[in-house]
Amino acid sequence: MAESIPAVELEHVTKRFGNVVAVNDVTLRIAEGEFFSLLGPSGCGKTTTLRMIAGFEMPTAGVVRIRGQEMGETPPFKRPVNTVFQSYALFPHLTVAQNVAFGLEMQKVPRKEIKQRVAEALEMVRLPQMANRKPKQLSGGQRQRIALARALVNRPQVLLLDEPLGALDLKLRKAMQLELKALQSQVGITFIYVTHDQEEALTMSDRIAVMNEGRVYQVGTPREIYERPNSRFVADFIGETNFLTGRVEEVRGEQAVVLVDGTVRVVGTLTGPVSRGQEVTVAIRPEKLRLRPTGEVQGRVEELIYIGTDTRYVIRLTERSRLTVRTQNVGIGDSQRFRQGERVGLEWNDESALVLVE
Amino acid sequence: MKTGSSRQRTLIRIGQKVLSLHALFSYLFLYLPIIILIIFSFNNSKSVFRWAGFTTHWYLDLFSDPRIMSALKNSLIVASASTIASTIFGTMVSIAMERYDFFGKLPFDALLYLPIVIPDITMAVMLLVFFVTIHMPLGLHTIIISHIAFNISFVSVTVRARLASLDPALEEAAQDLYANEWQTFWKVTFPLLLPGIIGGALMAFTLSLDDYVITFFTAGARSTTLPLRIYSMVKTGVKPDINALSSLMMMVSMALVVLSLLLQRKGGEGVTIQ
Repeated sequence: MAESIPAVELEHVTKRFGNVVAVNDVTLRIAEGEFFSLLGPSGCGKTTTLRMIAGFEMPTAGVVRIRGQEMGETPPFKRPVNTVFQSYALFPHLTVAQNVAFGLEMQKVPRKEIKQRVAEALEMVRLPQMANRKPKQLSGGQRQRIALARALVNRPQVLLLDEPLGALDLKLRKAMQLELKALQSQVGITFIYVTHDQEEALTMSDRIAVMNEGRVYQVGTPREIYERPNSRFVADFIGETNFLTGRVEEVRGEQAVVLVDGTVRVVGTLTGPVSRGQEVTVAIRPEKLRLRPTGEVQGRVEELIYIGTDTRYVIRLTERSRLTVRTQNVGIGDSQRFRQGERVGLEWNDESALVLVE
Repeated sequence: MKTGSSRQRTLIRIGQKVLSLHALFSYLFLYLPIIILIIFSFNNSKSVFRWAGFTTHWYLDLFSDPRIMSALKNSLIVASASTIASTIFGTMVSIAMERYDFFGKLPFDALLYLPIVIPDITMAVMLLVFFVTIHMPLGLHTIIISHIAFNISFVSVTVRARLASLDPALEEAAQDLYANEWQTFWKVTFPLLLPGIIGGALMAFTLSLDDYVITFFTAGARSTTLPLRIYSMVKTGVKPDINALSSLMMMVSMALVVLSLLLQRKGGEGVTIQ
């Protein structure tokens, strides 16, 4: 992968709007055929990043390359990418078939071929019977699929998707997530997908770039992002996490002993270099914690919530810190193993507790 | 308590009566003169005030009066020419204001709407002084230029309203689908703006056709338009042929306005996709 030319490459790309830095020194390499997500809260710069790849915005500094070609000031209509817009942006005055044919007509593809490829594209999104409808006559999900067909019919090298499922209701969104993922592996085109929905990103992506305040915090597979977040922001944004703050007492190779709130010692895995006495955050996912009748680290059950598949315990660890623990209800009596107010021991694997510096 | 509520109900009923009367009188006040004008345009008498049977000869007279026919021709030339020019310029300026950023946009924006708010007479004097200053002889062409000057504002208001409601992503989508700026305009922006553009053009045509003040100041000796002709006819006494001419002009204006409104409303579909 490192050897071949990336489908899209961003090198130290920065975008300023007046005094606002929307995208700050972003470097990304997106491989051919990858399903790559830009994930972050609104205003994090993910859409601006996508728009710079599409050519709707030009970087203030840095370089955008598509298949090794420097884009510079190349306008959108000369770039080998197509976009699925958040609002779909279907042309209201044209029929579905005319919408899908638009890109091919602009590229002066022979009429006969256009007809065939439009039919194929509508077949691909399973809406061939809608060819003569106007966009207004379609449901939200249908419009979404026509927008997809209109982009994919051009066989772009890269497909850019700007929160394409944002306007759909939850059930339809779930169905479309799987459909999109299946479609992507079928056509083999590189997808760059912008979303603020972490679950969506985890479900669909080969790799994710987590963005915040214009910067890329971490790039990795969904597993890496979830299991090995490199910062407090990423750990917090993706899934649920317990945070404990404390000082480093001792560094032992890849691990460190952290004194939390001056009272409890925990062992965690390092994610970056730390020194003794440094203030750090320890992050542990609720499902990585195990409750025992007793143990080295102890706390008191403050709350216990039965949620069907799991039981959620809130454990008072110190004066200032609490931990949420999720245990699966494997046996019928599992949810009643510990009671409110009871003292319990807490256990976890050392690699599940991460010492975060940032 | 009971009397209080029944008194309140009586008051509401009276209020509703008064309101509907008010509406009735408003419409009467607006349209009664027009109805009387139309009725008396068919009056078979030299007098405007006494009914003497039905006739259409005032209308026929109009079409055989060479002075009226030449005024009509002038009016149509002015209205057509100024409509075409102001529609093109007005549309261009709307796109510039809505889609692009440039130095001095804000003051230019404010100046653009000046002709709508300043009194006609001020505009008329300004234009006359301008033509005199540049030593341009007055004639049909100066009327046309003046009408273009105020019509641009009206066209751009109409077109901009439409443009503002257009999702900018539509134009981006066209560019994303390999259409250059020119193709994007003709394939996407223009068709979607068309109802607004036609609406603006019809309004410009009506305004030009009906304008008196600005036309009076900027007209030359042999460039009399219909409103100027009517006024000079009235000065020598009101005859039924004026009723006929006024009725005709009003009908045409009203038809144009209705058409313009219909087009703008019909155009409402497809502006926003959501």
